Amino acid sequence: MLMSQGKMVSINTLKKVPTGIAGFDEITGGGLPAGRPTLICGGAGCGKSLFSTEFLVRGALQFNEPGVLMTFEETADDIKKNVASLGFDIARMIEQKKIFIDHVHVDRSEIEENGEYDLEGLFVRLNHAIKIVGAKRVALDTIETLFAGLQNQAILRSELRRLFGWLKEKGMTTVITGERGEGALTRQGLEEYVSDCVVLLDHRVIRQVSTRRMRIVKYRGSIHGTNEYPFLIGEAGITVLPITTAEMDYGVSSRRVPTGVPELDQMLGGKGYFQGSTVLLSGSAGTGKSSMASHLANVTCSRGERCIYFSFEESQAQIIRNMKSIGVDLESHVRKGLLKFHATRPTVYGLEMHLALIHKMIEEFKPVVTIFDPVTNLQAAGTLDDSVNMLIRMIDFLRKKNITCFMISLTPGGSRSLEMTDVGMSSIVDTWLLLRDVESGGERNRLMYVLKSRGMAHSNQVREFLITSKGVKLVEAYLGSEGVLTGSARVNQQNLERAHERLAADEMQRKKLALQHRRKSVEAQIEALRAGFLAEQDEVARDAASDDVRRQQVEIDRRSMAASRRVSNAKTQL
Amino acid sequence: MKINSKARIPAGRKSREKNLEDKPASDKEWKLRLYVAGETQRSLTAFANLKRICEEYLANRYSIEVVDLLKQPHLAQIDQIVALPTLVRKLPAPVRRVIGDLSNQDRVMVGMDLSELKI
Repeated sequence: MLMSQGKMVSINTLKKVPTGIAGFDEITGGGLPAGRPTLICGGAGCGKSLFSTEFLVRGALQFNEPGVLMTFEETADDIKKNVASLGFDIARMIEQKKIFIDHVHVDRSEIEENGEYDLEGLFVRLNHAIKIVGAKRVALDTIETLFAGLQNQAILRSELRRLFGWLKEKGMTTVITGERGEGALTRQGLEEYVSDCVVLLDHRVIRQVSTRRMRIVKYRGSIHGTNEYPFLIGEAGITVLPITTAEMDYGVSSRRVPTGVPELDQMLGGKGYFQGSTVLLSGSAGTGKSSMASHLANVTCSRGERCIYFSFEESQAQIIRNMKSIGVDLESHVRKGLLKFHATRPTVYGLEMHLALIHKMIEEFKPVVTIFDPVTNLQAAGTLDDSVNMLIRMIDFLRKKNITCFMISLTPGGSRSLEMTDVGMSSIVDTWLLLRDVESGGERNRLMYVLKSRGMAHSNQVREFLITSKGVKLVEAYLGSEGVLTGSARVNQQNLERAHERLAADEMQRKKLALQHRRKSVEAQIEALRAGFLAEQDEVARDAASDDVRRQQVEIDRRSMAASRRVSNAKTQL
Repeated sequence: MKINSKARIPAGRKSREKNLEDKPASDKEWKLRLYVAGETQRSLTAFANLKRICEEYLANRYSIEVVDLLKQPHLAQIDQIVALPTLVRKLPAPVRRVIGDLSNQDRVMVGMDLSELKI
């Protein structure tokens, strides 16, 4: 169904008439069957009357097809008021003979039935009205009222059959509304007579929040979307939001959008997010998600580009005040008209209304960056499935417009569930940042990492996330023996390492000194040895000298002795 | 031709018009209007039935105006006509409506508050 939407128009051979109702012509592949009756059924207050009125008014305004509204419940004045609230001046259209309103009043208590009759009066009235405005479209709202006003059901049924046949013969594209009955589409089984196209409107309340839905039950001779399409009634009438129009044929941009935190830009390949990409920042309460968002808003607006901030928790004033405390001035951007806040409680409307409002505001404001803080709160306005569905459609819409979407997701505490809760959305986001807090040493500290970031080289590092009075800072986290060290543990570790370094340096110094001392002592020793050696040498020299002297003395002595012997040899011999 | 705009029967109308309010119900002027769409068998029957009853109970003080919606279609909206034939008692007030071919005389009597005159 997803992809075949565009082709549906070309396949069908049945002539269709556009209703002009936003989205409806898309899901029917062109509108209602031309010249045939269509049954719009649903419970009270589901928008049947509005549908039929809008079908006529838009037909007359946009497609130059005048219409006749035959109303059985509301008076012409009621209709005028109802339509005026949608911005249509129906009184003028009646004056210009583009619309003819005929209020048929049938009250059983005023009418006595006697014998055979027919509904020719209705035919006459319709025929007359059709002639006056040259109608191409007719709406009968709600013709079932006749069953309450007239007793003879057999006549009524055959006359209705004749009426629808007659309208078909006249080539009127007709919308007939019918009240939803139990076990049947309509209370009076009108679907038996209207066999060409049946649309069912529904108004369901799930968890106190109402959602309107529409389904094409039957469309003879045409392919049609079979899903239930949510629709809403807003200031501009009915808007059908076909999930199936969320096509994936959008272009991509390689332009980068700075994140507002330089360190994060570094982690994301040095440049930041891709323009038009979807960024999901998830984290538990108080991890600084909104701070990240306001940085993005700040940096975007500082470039002179527009940013829209959808807040589902805090008011504009609250956010501005809180962000001022971390040095982010959002107020000046608001004053310049670059930043727009839209703060609503998620439970104020149903999801569809939220989506439509978001669409509308984005169309009007034309931002470059949109921030949703937090998307998870939207679940309060519907079921998880519905909110994921809605987000997918919203993301597709934003991607098509090349608007960067920054979503904040609040995850329940406990790091284990962190990556689990976002599974529904994780596959559709381009960049997923995770903020978590770590408790250690009696304090909680924040960590951030890039879980994924399509199409760019991104850091695998876990960074410590600091919120300072000058904004968000990312510092490298310390890895210790017990995991990542943050906060004062990190500071502690840093101090410790500094002390270690100092110690080592001291030791070195000491060793150097010791070596110096040693050298000195070695040198002293060498000196002493040399001195000893010299002394010894001297001694030896002195000894040698004295030996010579002694030897010379001995010689002298010997000579003198010899001399004396010759002289006194006798004496000696004597 | 029985049914057209000339089928108005202003029997004794002028003489009774002046002091309408003072008279008892049985004496009041009856102003009836029968809406039809062309001369169908059903409208002829309705007219015949109506005339017969009027002649019987309201002789000389009734008028029947037959409105052919094929000729004056705008009246259908103004007078809130859905089913045909429709008989409307314009006078005496309050306005009463009977739809159908008036084949059941007793019910016409009840529907038009004629039963009191029957006695």
